[in-house]
Amino acid sequence: MHRIDRAFAQDQKLLSIYFSAGHPQLEDTLPILQQLQDSGVDMIEIGLPFSDPLADGPTIQESATKALYNGMTTEKLFQQLENVRDHIHIPLVLMGYFNPMLQYGMDAFCARCESLGIDGLIIPDLPVAIYQQQYQTLFEKHGLYNMFLITPQTSEERIRYIDSVSKGFIYMVSSASVTGAKNTFGEAQEAYFKRIAAMKLKTPQIVGFGISNAVTYQAATIHARGAIIGSAFIRFLEDNSVAQIPEFISQIR
Amino acid sequence: MLYNVDDNGYYGDFGGAYIPEMLYPNVEELRQQYKSITATTEFQKEFNDLLRDYVGRPTPLYFASRLSERYNTKIYLKREDLCHTGAHKVNNTIGQILLAKKLGKNRIIAETGAGQHGVATATVCALMGIECVVYMGALDIQRQAPNVARMKMLGAEVRAAQSGSKTLKDATNEAIRDWINNPVDTHYIIGSVVGPHPYPDMVARFQSVISAETQRQLLDCEGRDYPDHVIACVGGGSNAAGLYYHYLDNPKVNIIAVEAAGKGIDSGESAATSALGREGIIHGSKTLLMQTDDGQITEPYSISAGLDYPGVGPMHAHLYRSKRAEFISVPDQEAMDWGLTLSQMEGIIPAIETAHAFAVLDIRKFKPDEIIVFNCSGRGDKDLNTYIDYFKL
Repeated sequence: MHRIDRAFAQDQKLLSIYFSAGHPQLEDTLPILQQLQDSGVDMIEIGLPFSDPLADGPTIQESATKALYNGMTTEKLFQQLENVRDHIHIPLVLMGYFNPMLQYGMDAFCARCESLGIDGLIIPDLPVAIYQQQYQTLFEKHGLYNMFLITPQTSEERIRYIDSVSKGFIYMVSSASVTGAKNTFGEAQEAYFKRIAAMKLKTPQIVGFGISNAVTYQAATIHARGAIIGSAFIRFLEDNSVAQIPEFISQIR
Repeated sequence: MLYNVDDNGYYGDFGGAYIPEMLYPNVEELRQQYKSITATTEFQKEFNDLLRDYVGRPTPLYFASRLSERYNTKIYLKREDLCHTGAHKVNNTIGQILLAKKLGKNRIIAETGAGQHGVATATVCALMGIECVVYMGALDIQRQAPNVARMKMLGAEVRAAQSGSKTLKDATNEAIRDWINNPVDTHYIIGSVVGPHPYPDMVARFQSVISAETQRQLLDCEGRDYPDHVIACVGGGSNAAGLYYHYLDNPKVNIIAVEAAGKGIDSGESAATSALGREGIIHGSKTLLMQTDDGQITEPYSISAGLDYPGVGPMHAHLYRSKRAEFISVPDQEAMDWGLTLSQMEGIIPAIETAHAFAVLDIRKFKPDEIIVFNCSGRGDKDLNTYIDYFKL
């Protein structure tokens, strides 16, 4: 069974954490992965930094800028992940913008991901239709899942289409916004979470954007199978050491 | 159509809409409606009436006699510098504000580099009484104070883009993020033939009035509706797209695109995207862009703020790759010298962007009976401080 499917086969709700590789320090990638796994996190999204992350709010933008300044590159990240599967057994997803992957070469990029034990990719600016026409075969050849986003504005028809192409999970963007931590969800979000749950999609959904604490994690996972925390975790890392990561996770659940 | 956009939004290998799902409903709404709305008689009448009565179109096609004599060829200037607000930019903002109204949008956002597109957007928003937010790089706000003041006078809110390199590409990122955050009531008026499909085609269509008029005007004064050469500067490429548009598939017309070499192609401070760029994705479009080996977008340089965009419109990337157009790059110094030459030989102070195009006259030889049309895309008022500093005026 694919590592991501195995994670969703459990009964409990999933907690997934996003961080920008190369931030706060260039060599923090492996220690962060280890601490997150040891803290009981179910899945990790490793952010490949990009100069122009247009779907991200200020926190992730700044972490990406710092990571690039620190010297992070696609090749550097792959080198850091060379033996990652000796230690990390939870699903690992790379999340990044399309251009750096295109420049690496999609064939080479996917082959490298497979050899390192990466389970899937999230590429916000690679639309579903282009993926389906040009890259799906390649991804499947390398055992990589490609996860897509839906938003409160996504039509039911399009959600059904995305569900039909999806594997692993669907990334539910919590509200019409770029990434960024919020303290609570409003009625509109809860109605949206319920609406999607009622659609009974084949692919499980996890909620991202705006999850920052136990309250938002709880609210997001009433109807969805899990939640992703990014900006709030990145902010935590700016003020705390990697060794303190268990404190952050224990506040969430 | 060989060189224009296809049904899927591509110009050859370039174009498309590489956008996050959050933008899909907005961009899809535009894609489905831009052609049908703009094709209506009502829209065409409103658009053409405003271009005539408000913008001051048609702009003259002026025979530059002294320049023609010096270079022993026939040189015409398409006088877009005489448009209201001082450049061709307003052709597009008039079109897009009318479209936004038809789509029921009540809030406009825009990005701007030098401020010309920001001013043109603020102008049409004032004209229509619609809220306007213009994103501008924090560095550009410092460099282009007069245009910031103009936008404010026109009632627009100017927001500083503090991310990345704090210039045009970052202002564009911020405008896109605003659109993601405000998907229902807001229309994003992109200022050039860049961004996801349908923007490059939509902006090119609004700017195509430039070559439509040129055809009629040439027929009047030369007895044929096409020149031998069309020449324009290219940053994102909207003025060039407008001048080339009706000549794209006419093999008798040679197309010349002039990019900003900055301090020289190999200096590390240049904006010559065709020479220095590689295929990739910028602002939702597959095109040529300046980037590192690792795919990070780099910051271009030109003395003219309107040409320092790290990408180029997908139409131009296709014209370059297919060799339909000849691409030439011109350094700061030659462009500045041409600013002075055009001023003193024809009494026209051009924008520095525009001045780049004229340097082709020193690079290429033209025959005495050849007809050349330059797009005189903007006037130099906004650049006066740069001219003053450069020439110690």
